Amino acid sequence: MDEGKEITWIPSYGPEMRGGTANCTVVISDEEIGSPFVHHPSAVIAMNRPSLDKYEALVKPGGVLIINTSMTDRKAVRKDIKVIEIAANEEAEKLGDQRMANMILLGALLANLPVLPQESIKKALKGHLPERHQKLLSKNFDALQEGARYIP
Amino acid sequence: MARELMKGNEAVAEAAIRAGVTAYFGYPITPQTELLEYMARRMPELGRAFVQAESELGAINMVYGAACSGQRVMSSSSSPGVSLMMEGVSYIAGTELPAVLVDVMRGGPGLGNIAPSQGDYNQMVHGGGHGEYHSIVLAPATVQESINLTVDAFDLAEKYRSLVVVLSDGSIGQMMEPCELPPFKPLKTVFPDWATTGAEGRSKRVLTSINLDAAAQEVTNFRLMRRWQEIEANEVRYKTYFMEDAKFAVTGFGSCGRLALSAVRAARAEGIPVGLIRPITVSPFPTKLYEELSHKLDALLVVEENNGQMLEDVLVATRFQIPVDFYGRMGGMVPFPDEVLDEIRRVARGALDTSGHPRDRWLKRMAQKNL
Repeated sequence: MDEGKEITWIPSYGPEMRGGTANCTVVISDEEIGSPFVHHPSAVIAMNRPSLDKYEALVKPGGVLIINTSMTDRKAVRKDIKVIEIAANEEAEKLGDQRMANMILLGALLANLPVLPQESIKKALKGHLPERHQKLLSKNFDALQEGARYIP
Repeated sequence: MARELMKGNEAVAEAAIRAGVTAYFGYPITPQTELLEYMARRMPELGRAFVQAESELGAINMVYGAACSGQRVMSSSSSPGVSLMMEGVSYIAGTELPAVLVDVMRGGPGLGNIAPSQGDYNQMVHGGGHGEYHSIVLAPATVQESINLTVDAFDLAEKYRSLVVVLSDGSIGQMMEPCELPPFKPLKTVFPDWATTGAEGRSKRVLTSINLDAAAQEVTNFRLMRRWQEIEANEVRYKTYFMEDAKFAVTGFGSCGRLALSAVRAARAEGIPVGLIRPITVSPFPTKLYEELSHKLDALLVVEENNGQMLEDVLVATRFQIPVDFYGRMGGMVPFPDEVLDEIRRVARGALDTSGHPRDRWLKRMAQKNL
């Protein structure tokens, strides 16, 4: 948004919110966004096994699949997409906080799908986080950096 | 003003606050609840009235009572809750009161589910409550449009002493998008000469929807119908895309209108001269626009998240002068753009079967997909 792009974020707000394949879809575009739902996304971050099972097949050919191997027990099947595996929970613990797992995965996504430079994310976080959370920034930035190391 | 990232439901609530709503009455129901929750926090902060009623029946009747005072008042709900409100809606129409109602539609009929749907089109556009009345119905497709139309809803309600419905759905209510909020409007200090503001020092005013004298009721109904003609003449809104050289057009309202845009862009990339018409007021309906287009276009494809409810209004407007086809998903299912793209390709190939009703042809095609 701060980079002048159009975006929509739409969550699953149904029963899966309470467990299972809770998901959200993000569309980033240079023009007015039509559908907020995407049948074949250019990238998927699968944070657990049920999500990997449900969404691997839907990634657009040539797209990116980021797998949190801490929560999955199988390899990707697809050969026509770029697969990045990260034990995000363990890596986050090494950084001192398991809750950083998502930021590591985001760092990896940005490194493999050129939608926005990491700097934009950092600037946006700094600009939008309330004062009381600003102290968490450096740890989040470390997590992004860690994720960015995962390039095939 | 800087853009903010807001959820549709919360953006509508904040827009209503900035438009000067002084009383909100509601009852929680998914996928609308964030709107009520936001109001529960913000309205008392600003010294305005928030009441969680005992049910939707209670909420709409509180709106009815509060609207009599000439204040800006509203409620919001989702499909099953809105059904419960229909008696009150008709009373509000019969008493000629301004009020705003937001319907964040979900899958039905019955209790259905909480997925996005457009199944309440007929209910909101063609009645719902009993008797002869029309509501103005605005159909936003984005978070920004939800904000703008909510603000306009209060102005239109007062201008025409009418109920204005903001017809949203689960996807628009739940999605987050960048948006710009309007400035705060000053609260009303002057109230119309029909408002029951306390009769000290003046003769009393009576607001009611009961009229035991049929002849007098008919006078009221003629007034309502002539006011509606005025609304039809002045308030129709729509948005068109790629219509300059279009030989075909897709049309849909709200969220279905915007998802069709993705399909129309993809079809354009394949060289199909297709455009998009997205009505913003579904009531009053842009009848004249469709009538004019029926002289220019080769065919029209109506796309909805229901069983073809707006389709009927399109058929009336085009008077069967051009082939009209329909594609819809129901019960909370949302079509993906590639489904709509397939339909555009089919329509553009020409030689359409135009026998019978478009809904029957659609049902037949869906049966081939085992639906």
